[in-house]
Amino acid sequence: MSADLAGKVLAGSRRALARALTLAENGEAAEVLRALVPHTGSARVIGVTGPPGAGKSTLVDGLAKVLRARGESVGIVAVDPSSPFTGGALLGDRLRMNDLALDPGVFIRSMASRGSLGGLARRTGDLVKILDAAGFATVLVETVGVGQSEVDVAAAADATLLVLTPGMGDGIQAIKAGILEIADAIAINKADLPGADRLDAELAAMLALAPPAPWTPPVRRTAAATGEGIAALLDALDDFHAWQAETGERARRRARRCRAELAAALEDGIRAQVLAALPRDGIEAVIARVEARRLTPADAAAELLAAARLPEPGADGRILEFY
Amino acid sequence: MMKPIRVLVAKPGLDGHDRGAKVVARALRDAGFEVIYTGLRQPPERIAEVALQEDVDAIGLSLLSGAHNTIFPRLFAELHARELDDLLVFGGGVIPEGDVPGLKAMGVAEVFGPGTPTAAVIDFLKGRLAA
Ligand SMILES: Nc1nc2c(ncn2[C@@H]2O[C@H](COP(=O)(O)OP(=O)(O)OP(=O)(O)O)[C@@H](O)[C@H]2O)c(=O)[nH]1
Ligand SMILES: [Mg+2]
Repeated sequence: MSADLAGKVLAGSRRALARALTLAENGEAAEVLRALVPHTGSARVIGVTGPPGAGKSTLVDGLAKVLRARGESVGIVAVDPSSPFTGGALLGDRLRMNDLALDPGVFIRSMASRGSLGGLARRTGDLVKILDAAGFATVLVETVGVGQSEVDVAAAADATLLVLTPGMGDGIQAIKAGILEIADAIAINKADLPGADRLDAELAAMLALAPPAPWTPPVRRTAAATGEGIAALLDALDDFHAWQAETGERARRRARRCRAELAAALEDGIRAQVLAALPRDGIEAVIARVEARRLTPADAAAELLAAARLPEPGADGRILEFY
Repeated sequence: MMKPIRVLVAKPGLDGHDRGAKVVARALRDAGFEVIYTGLRQPPERIAEVALQEDVDAIGLSLLSGAHNTIFPRLFAELHARELDDLLVFGGGVIPEGDVPGLKAMGVAEVFGPGTPTAAVIDFLKGRLAA
């Protein structure tokens, strides 16, 4: 069924695509991904991040409309937070994208963060790969509105668009927290509201102070709600993509992504294998000693790992060099 | 890992009230569901297409406008066109008692009248969809 599913995705079945995305979201798409990954690499992936309510969804809608007007197909993954208490989620990003819902050149998928911090879900990258293989020329990824350190999206996308708004109390706070470093382009959205000049000036000052870098993120003003400035923002993103292709920066970024994805997959595997190697019998006795405060948790872990007879860390450090 | 149930809560019709839909959407979220909410005045074709893209397990329609006897058939036709005939579809809002048998015959799995406790909706969905 799964191999067939990949074939149907490649043949353009939207139903199969939706099913494949669900499997990936649930971590059950190993087979589908195996078949689809050779067909990935053509899409340009743009991450859209910024504080809650900055207008990310509205801007994604606007960017997608400009891309569609140019005749390009667009895949969208929009991540909203899961409740840490119930695991449930209210996925409302596509409320701002209703005009695109019936466009056959657009496919929108909402995704709950399911416990991941950092603005994306654990499997967002797999969903992007599937949309890429399905042939969407651009994939837009909207992060959760966290506003502090959405570094995940910078690793998952070719380009990161940071959305800020004038007059937001925490705007400059977010910038201070180091989020500026991940931006390849910056939108001052809600530029129809007062304060855009001031934010523009503050950003210019901060970018001037930043250590010299081969690329300085262009700043563009947008009013996503009316569509104003969006074409110019897309032009700026196009410039970045051209620069990235010319300088080899895109290939380098993608290579780093491969390493990070391998590391994450390895960690899953390592965890499962090591847990399987732990001794079944003595564990409760060890826990009882920790509870009785006769053993620290760290020493307890060391004892269990020693009993599992795994190689000593550092026995061959070279293996971990790629990390 | 447990897979959350995904539900599309949609508000078709031309009236401008989505309080009921929002109450249900929040209650479902608080019960651990992943809820896709798309706002007011959703045409059946769009509801079906969103259900397809989001690969939801169920669609809940909130209806106040009295248009249930036209909207449900249109939704089922759009779902059929997308080979989504097996999707669980339920309704809520102002729907006269006398119309319920007809809706059920058409394929609506359950109809919740005004004032139904949200727990009833949650129990219904869990009963029908829990893996
Ligand atoms: N005045 C003005 N309002 C805007 C603009 N863009 C978006 N908005 C409004 O800002 C609000 C939030 O927009 P969203 O697009 O949902 O923001 P978001 O960043 O996706 O929000 P989260 O996903 O919840 O973090 C909505 O009410 C929009 O209509 C704009 O350019 N100007
Ligand atoms: Mg949003």
